[in-house]
Amino acid sequence: MVKPSCSYRVFQGVNGVVLTLVVLVTLYPFVNILARSFSGERQIRAGEVTLLPKGFNLTTYEIVFQDSMFWRNYGNTVLYTVVATAVAMVLTTCYAYVLSKKHLKGRGVLVGIAVFTMFFTGGLIPNYILVTSLGLKNSVWAIALPNAISVFNLLVMKAFFENLPTELEEAAQIDGLSTYGILLRIVLPLSKAVVATMVLFYSVSFWNSWFSAFLYMDRTDLMPVTVYLRNLIQGATGGGNAGAGTEQLSQVGANIQSVTIVLTALPILCVYPFVQRYFVSGVMLGAVKG
Amino acid sequence: MSTSTTSAPPGTEDPPPASAAPRRGKRDPARTGWRRALRRDWQLYSLAILPLLFFLVFRYLPMIGNVIAFRRFEPGGSLFGEEWVGLRYVQMFLNDPTFWQVFRNTLWIGGLTLLFCFPVPIVLALLLNEVRRRSLKRFVQSVSYLPHFLSIVIVAGITMQMLASDGPVNHILGWFGHEPIRFIQEPEWFRTIYVGSEIWQTAGWGTILYLAALTTIDEDLYEAARIDGANRWQQIWHVTLPGIRPTMVTLLILNIGAFMAVGFEKVLLLYNPLTYPTADVISTYVYRSGVESNSFSYAAAIGLFEAVIGLVLITSANQLSRRTVGTSLW
Repeated sequence: MVKPSCSYRVFQGVNGVVLTLVVLVTLYPFVNILARSFSGERQIRAGEVTLLPKGFNLTTYEIVFQDSMFWRNYGNTVLYTVVATAVAMVLTTCYAYVLSKKHLKGRGVLVGIAVFTMFFTGGLIPNYILVTSLGLKNSVWAIALPNAISVFNLLVMKAFFENLPTELEEAAQIDGLSTYGILLRIVLPLSKAVVATMVLFYSVSFWNSWFSAFLYMDRTDLMPVTVYLRNLIQGATGGGNAGAGTEQLSQVGANIQSVTIVLTALPILCVYPFVQRYFVSGVMLGAVKG
Repeated sequence: MSTSTTSAPPGTEDPPPASAAPRRGKRDPARTGWRRALRRDWQLYSLAILPLLFFLVFRYLPMIGNVIAFRRFEPGGSLFGEEWVGLRYVQMFLNDPTFWQVFRNTLWIGGLTLLFCFPVPIVLALLLNEVRRRSLKRFVQSVSYLPHFLSIVIVAGITMQMLASDGPVNHILGWFGHEPIRFIQEPEWFRTIYVGSEIWQTAGWGTILYLAALTTIDEDLYEAARIDGANRWQQIWHVTLPGIRPTMVTLLILNIGAFMAVGFEKVLLLYNPLTYPTADVISTYVYRSGVESNSFSYAAAIGLFEAVIGLVLITSANQLSRRTVGTSLW
């Protein structure tokens, strides 16, 4: 190895500075929101809050915690996430398993049916009319059913199944297991890694989703917490339809926003250190096979 | 994997060693093939029924449902509308000044997104690739992925908070003696805000595939380049960039395909009537005229127009890249 040249060392230094800036710019908004959520309104308004809370108080947390609608919507998010993930897992696993069987006649067509939907979709209005006329409005099925299979996840799972050793399935088949039995007792236990990854993929995306609930839920008590947050954001800015009349009120609104952002992001931030690498490997697998 | 006897499928009623041998003298290979396949694999096919039903109902039915763009639709009436009206709704939106405004906005925002959000991950990946300390590299990556995991509502909320009149951005402007700017209310700021928050949210995540591609480049190529007297920049230009070119092209095609569908949800969350002149895009206009104003057929016509342009864009980008660089999605 040659000794690094002078210009290369300069480059390394500049690179370090640039990447540090990237880290700061990415993290600062989070830290700032967290600090705001614990700060006093006066200090926020004066622009004093940067990295640490100023005028520490938990008043806003108390206000949010006492809001029964917040808890209700938080519970809805949990419920919708669980139901939708369960439905998605069953459908995705079944189809991915079928697609992974290379000998299957018509497999190409089955893959094509799924992949085509990645490039062309029906669009908002026909989907809206469909869900409405199926009578799914104001039920969890409006969220779970139309998004039951993500083709990307399907391809990741299919790729994983294809790499399982076929000998095990053959042995099980000789021992008299049916296809269902093989899937449930041989394939799934061998696929814990990919199943866990898929559960994470789906649950994070359902936890984060807001638009289908926004479209299909008419009553506030059915909203997930993301829509609660969305209504706060829309209320405190722009149209100002949530009593943001006085400066004072909108400031409380801004503070409540910070608290709600923190509480909504909390579960994701808690699992983040554990899930991140699965997501990364999933993306690569999907990219290679998709 | 070849179809030898060892990979005989599970669920086979009669695992025939003879089936690997070429069969001769069949009358109707396709028909008997299907019958055999169904008899042998009916359990597998049965597993596909529910997922197929899903695709049929929630993906393909809406595609067909687009015929309401050419038919008069009555809320509560048939899914496919009441009577043919031909291109009436198409003519309607072509004569609609708002349509042309949202069309221009879509091109603007889509173009700016492509221009700024596509190269940033490449540069970031190249920079990360030069970091020698593995722990540092890992840390920067973990941090930069973070915004991708949050709900778009949270991202919009954070954006609003950062740009609020008492937010950090205005605070920094204050240091330079600048009056606070009401970013969210000013139409001329919307594109900057949109693209900026998009970069913040997606740049780190976008590096994943490039970093993976970078690891597959053969070290010998760098060695050879150095022996030929290439400096760092020349190595990047002649070895690294060609090495990640297939990845770049693939992602570029995908980005072009998503061109028309500019971050619908984010625009919907960030815009307000004051910023409509620059923020309103085709998909938000479709949402407002369809779902909010109940002009379903009219909105469907615009949505279909948007989808068709998207499809044309992605297929032509794909064709073009297959001809020129030999990489394509299909």
